[in-house]
Amino acid sequence: MKKIFTLTALLIFAVMLTGCSSKNEKKVYVYNWGEYIDPEVLDLFEEETGIKVVYDEFEQNEDMYPKIQSGAVNYDVVCPSDYMIQKMIENDLLYEINFDNVPNIKYIDPAYLKSAEAFDPGNKYSVPYCWGTVGILYNKTMVDEPVDSWSIIFDEKYAGNILMMDSVRDAFGIALKYLGYDLNSTNEAELEEAKALLQKQYPLVQAYVVDQVRDKMIGGEAAIGVIYSGEAIYTKRENPDLEYVVPKEGSNVWIDAWVIPKTSKNKEYAEAFINFMCKPEIALKNFEYITYSTPNMGARELIEDEEIKNSPIAFPPQEILDRCTAYKYLGEEVESLYIQKWNEVKGE
Amino acid sequence: MKLRNVLKTRTPKSPVHKSASGPNMPKAKWLSFPYIVWMIGFIIIPLVVIFYYGLTTSDSTFTLNNIALVMDPINLKALKQALELSLVSTVICLLLAYPLAMILNKSKMNSNSFIVMIIILPMWMNFLLRTIAWQNILEKTGIINTILNFFKLPTVNIINTPAAIILGMVYNFLPFMVLPIYNVLIKIDQDVINAARDLGANGMQTFLKIILPLSLPGVISGITMVFVPSLTTFVISTILGGNKIVLIGNVIEQQFRVGNWHAGSGLSLVLMIFILISMAILSKYDKEGSSLW
Repeated sequence: MKKIFTLTALLIFAVMLTGCSSKNEKKVYVYNWGEYIDPEVLDLFEEETGIKVVYDEFEQNEDMYPKIQSGAVNYDVVCPSDYMIQKMIENDLLYEINFDNVPNIKYIDPAYLKSAEAFDPGNKYSVPYCWGTVGILYNKTMVDEPVDSWSIIFDEKYAGNILMMDSVRDAFGIALKYLGYDLNSTNEAELEEAKALLQKQYPLVQAYVVDQVRDKMIGGEAAIGVIYSGEAIYTKRENPDLEYVVPKEGSNVWIDAWVIPKTSKNKEYAEAFINFMCKPEIALKNFEYITYSTPNMGARELIEDEEIKNSPIAFPPQEILDRCTAYKYLGEEVESLYIQKWNEVKGE
Repeated sequence: MKLRNVLKTRTPKSPVHKSASGPNMPKAKWLSFPYIVWMIGFIIIPLVVIFYYGLTTSDSTFTLNNIALVMDPINLKALKQALELSLVSTVICLLLAYPLAMILNKSKMNSNSFIVMIIILPMWMNFLLRTIAWQNILEKTGIINTILNFFKLPTVNIINTPAAIILGMVYNFLPFMVLPIYNVLIKIDQDVINAARDLGANGMQTFLKIILPLSLPGVISGITMVFVPSLTTFVISTILGGNKIVLIGNVIEQQFRVGNWHAGSGLSLVLMIFILISMAILSKYDKEGSSLW
């Protein structure tokens, strides 16, 4: 990530330097999750279209939203998650995509387009990029019992050996699921119970992390980490002692999708970028680099390694997905209730 | 209260200095122009913006609610913890820096510029990188514990605790304590010390009655330069505290990150009050120090 960050910083700097001299240069401003693309893909895009990519990263949906809302930077393409896309649609922050410019949408598996309708009815605003689940990554050398339940991340036996997700919806989603509630709960009593559980977990947690969980788990820094499924294949490849599991209580299934915010000044460039990302070879390249599940049928066909192609982590069987629920945008008021309770947990 | 008086390292006033600056005054005024532009653009205007956001709601009506946010138990706790950690760090820095500055002062010219160099050298590298390096050093599987493990010694687990944050603060801000004290010590006239010894003061008395009071201005600017950044830091607590320990700086950063500029500015104003109070206390001691001179 640091490397990409440096590159991004250099890129931005370079753009700033050249900003005045070449006004008619074609540029597309992309705002994506950290470590969520193969950097080579950006070069290939520039080569093919002559449109320069200015690339920025965010760590949480909640960080991204205010920047788009305030219009501080004129991003053309952003890649938020489901519930956040719903919020952006409701607050009129997105353009409808002109699918004449995105013919490669045909490679996206209709099943995912259908699940995307939950947050984007009619698939008007978004094009799925990656999807996955939230689960537990554990180190087999440090955990000697079978792991199939969220209970293990609340187990005192692993005090100081647990890495918890530093993201409000994921943290509460897990607690709510473990307690047997809906992870889109708006019931204050249920949220209070989830908060109490997370507060009880606080002393057991080694650190609250998002992107760092990967390196820490690979390095054997902790026994158990909460992680997005996409990181699991990569971490397992780096450290074979690691194992990923979606707990039996169920979890979250999410889709991250490309959208065009109303801050965009070059909608056609944005569409060209999204279209390029849907090319099977490009989607495959990204999949191989970031190892997050791709909704691109063409790309999945192209995967040569049978083991990966049928990996239950990257492409979980239906019975796991049946246990998982997608986040919904819960409205301003409930959202701030979540944030308030999360702050109470972390301000311990 | 004059900010500049506290921040700059006082040197004994010399009459030669004063008369030299006299004839050059108009020229000096002209030279200060870029600084004034800089100050207006990067200090005054941002301050006005913070005051505006801190005292208004999102529909631009006046409110004190953003400032009252500090009374929220979570924020109050974050403020208390930040005050504690930064006070401890400042005291540790002072205890480490004063003897070091004295050693530097006593040592011979060549070797002391070498030691000063050693102190400044880490500052050539970015502060974030150095803090991340500390994370790698302190981690459970980090450098220190790997070595301890190798010798079958018990491991240290201070990462993600307040101790790690204090270490990070002391490490990063120590040079800001050493250099001002050293600068003052080096300018103390040797004759004054000799006079004290001639009049029968022993080493301890000379230190307590002569050197310490004379070096107070350096100590004061050192304390300010360590205490203020420690109180407001959010990077050190994030990197070395594993996002578990929330300081007031983290709360403010969080507010700005989720786009609540009004709450963030309000809390910043509260923090500013604490900094002003600490500097007012310090400048009081500073005056006593100067009057002794």
